[in-house]
Amino acid sequence: MTQTPKPSPDGPAASADGGDVLLEMTGIVKRFPGVLALGGVDLDVRAGEVHCLLGQNGAGKSTLIKVLSAAYQPDEGEILWEGEPVRLTTPVAAMKRGISTIYQELDLVPGLTVTENIFLGHELATAGFSRRAEATQRVRTLLARLGHSEVDPNRLVGDLSPAGQQIVSMARALSHDTRLLILDEPSAVLDQEEVDNLFRVMRGLTAEGVAIIYISHRLEEIRQIGDRITVLKDGRTVATGLSVEETPTRELITLMTGRQIEYVFPERPAIAPGRDGTPVLEASGLSGDRFHDIDLRVHAGEIVGLAGLVGSGRSEILETVYGARRSSSGTVTVNGRRLRRGSVRAAVAAGIGLAPEERKSQALLLDQAVYRNVTVSSLNRFSKGSFLDSGAERRAAEELSRSLDVRPAGVDRPVRNLSGGNQQKVVLARWLLRDCKVLLLDEPTRGVDVGARSEIYNLVRRLADEGVAVVVVSSEVEEVLGLADRVLVISEGSVVHEGPATEIDESKVLDLVMEGEVA
Amino acid sequence: MSDTPTGAVTQADTARVEKEAARRAEPGGLGQLLRSGAGHNLGLVLALGLLAVIGIATGGERFASVDNVMTILRLAAVIGVVSIGMTFVITGGGIDLSVGALVALSSIWCTTVATQTMANDIHWIIIVTTALLVGAGAGLINGLLIAYGGVVPFIATLAMMASARGLAEIISARKTQIVSVPGFTDALSRDIFGISVLIWIFAIVAVIGWILLNRTTFGRRTLAIGGNPEASRLAGINVRRHTVLLYVLVGLCCGIAAVMLVSRTTTGSATHGQLYELDAIAAVVIGGTLLAGGRGTIVGTVFGVLIFATLSNVFVINNLSISAQAFTKGLIIIAAVLLQKRFSRQPGS
Repeated sequence: MTQTPKPSPDGPAASADGGDVLLEMTGIVKRFPGVLALGGVDLDVRAGEVHCLLGQNGAGKSTLIKVLSAAYQPDEGEILWEGEPVRLTTPVAAMKRGISTIYQELDLVPGLTVTENIFLGHELATAGFSRRAEATQRVRTLLARLGHSEVDPNRLVGDLSPAGQQIVSMARALSHDTRLLILDEPSAVLDQEEVDNLFRVMRGLTAEGVAIIYISHRLEEIRQIGDRITVLKDGRTVATGLSVEETPTRELITLMTGRQIEYVFPERPAIAPGRDGTPVLEASGLSGDRFHDIDLRVHAGEIVGLAGLVGSGRSEILETVYGARRSSSGTVTVNGRRLRRGSVRAAVAAGIGLAPEERKSQALLLDQAVYRNVTVSSLNRFSKGSFLDSGAERRAAEELSRSLDVRPAGVDRPVRNLSGGNQQKVVLARWLLRDCKVLLLDEPTRGVDVGARSEIYNLVRRLADEGVAVVVVSSEVEEVLGLADRVLVISEGSVVHEGPATEIDESKVLDLVMEGEVA
Repeated sequence: MSDTPTGAVTQADTARVEKEAARRAEPGGLGQLLRSGAGHNLGLVLALGLLAVIGIATGGERFASVDNVMTILRLAAVIGVVSIGMTFVITGGGIDLSVGALVALSSIWCTTVATQTMANDIHWIIIVTTALLVGAGAGLINGLLIAYGGVVPFIATLAMMASARGLAEIISARKTQIVSVPGFTDALSRDIFGISVLIWIFAIVAVIGWILLNRTTFGRRTLAIGGNPEASRLAGINVRRHTVLLYVLVGLCCGIAAVMLVSRTTTGSATHGQLYELDAIAAVVIGGTLLAGGRGTIVGTVFGVLIFATLSNVFVINNLSISAQAFTKGLIIIAAVLLQKRFSRQPGS
């Protein structure tokens, strides 16, 4: 199945020589107790190329880059650096070879300045006194090389935008004479313009001969920036050295998931659900921090999507309906009963459930067992006079996780060890256990791989068919249009359009959002 | 981290992992034993055993007598009750530095009530109730400041530590109050089945604490809040009210400890409970409760208390100074925490 590397085509960022192999990894194996994380990975990276690493969540991408940056030691396999076998024993050793990694979660100190962060750990100093002028000067040079001379070296990193912080991370990597730069999903926190900027910087670096390993879920980005692709699945290389230009997307998805995805979105019911009946969830004239005068009605069995840009107020609307934020005016009712303002418990008691945007920090108890994460909102149901029946808890959680197909099975493992998609299922199971009437989903497929996404979509549709009123918020317009029955387009905190999802397309939504921006 | 090692298993591995998990899920299995913290408890038993061996080797009969064991347990009882309360607060993600001061305040408040109301007429129940109410009331103030006032636990309870001790000194005018309420000192200095009532109280508090933490919704919510307060709030748990209850609980434990101390010494004093906060935190931490919250063990705490009590008994028997005792205690805390870090490290977490 593994393909031999082909010569790189002259992509936009291909270097002049286009052939010097900088890094070659063969047969890399990494085991953890009870788990085979990498079961034989091959990868070769050339100087001056952008090599994309593709794979679903859990395919082993993060483990691989941790091996490469020497955060983990491989159990088997060989690493050649410029043709010579090397053992990277510590992260510092990897850094000395010129391998720099920029992780998903940026590792910057918010309370220090840009300059201090960039030289953290290798400060310019004489007898303990820092040579501040020289450091600032060198930071200016680095930032200019990245095309971001507008960043002030003396600003606190905590005051910068996520994009600005990423620039600082890159500058830090470059301060080490980097020859191989590893970027782990750098675009996840960026908007389109910032992504373009990032790509410009990446092209500049490859033109200087730096090799880049680029990890992203977004296939369209790989088309834009990548030269060659390696695909991982279940800890093994299934294809390496694929040319970006010559490999169709369908083939990539097939390689990643091992099956063709025919229908990404589930079909809508033939008859539009409950338009005539009274709505289950009704928000009237709801105003808050970043939105005003929102009317939202959701009927049983209906999926309503909120489309809009980051910062349009869509997440705030959901959180306010849920009571996690206090509205300044307006009402929220469930089945005609008005909810107390700013009270999560009132919302939960009325049958609302929220799957928040930041799953790990806002929804999960990462170190606790799956079943405890499922039952945490329904403890009273499993207690007699406040004594818990943990057998009944486990049984209920097992039944639900089987019905939602949470993998791996077994409700006693810590939820931390599940993939993003399965963690999302655990959050959904929590609310299903309460027989919730309204489900609020904020970015339901963030951090969920392509294969598991359609599973989540099918699941959401199934819940709606069972009579749950669903509200979906997503930055991906396709997701909202594909999943929802009815769509509300939000711009600048107001609803600028409302109508059936089938009667509007992506470009219309974007037009509406832009119009709102101008107005 | 987008990849977790578990996500990348092959089918064969999945089957193995699932079998493993199934085995762990069986009650009473070896996995269950280790996961429940018994592995860690085994380490604590060994440490206690080692101390006993040292005690027998150096003290012989004087150490290995029933009387001496009872002395150790009596010594452990008062700080033990405080430590059980502390376990809950720490598991819930907080800390209470005011426990020592609360013991002093509760003791002096109840003995003042006893001495001012024509000593002989007062019923012992009033003394006990006073101590418990003062402890719980001060805990309530701590809890309200932390949960609703937004003061961090370290600062709120540090302030309480200073104020409660100060108030105790004001009430007592820095004098030790001696009580001799019939029925009170008698009742608590008695033995039941040859074991002091103080030890029985500690045992009962520990058992109730274990049930509360491991078998009730209260315990589960404590673990949830300590593990992730924001997720707990969004899951519909009343995090603020629960936090208040945790501090009331530890305050109540301080009240119980005060009653035990008053009966043992027949005095109330503003100097009672010196450094109890440090002893309790040390016992909780070497017991295996996570200082950051989210994981707690009552059994571990009981062992932690017993280890320190035995240690100090061994030192007393050998006529070694309090200073040498304190020094060794510090070493034990560091050793225990280092060992814990070593054994609790897991891949991918």
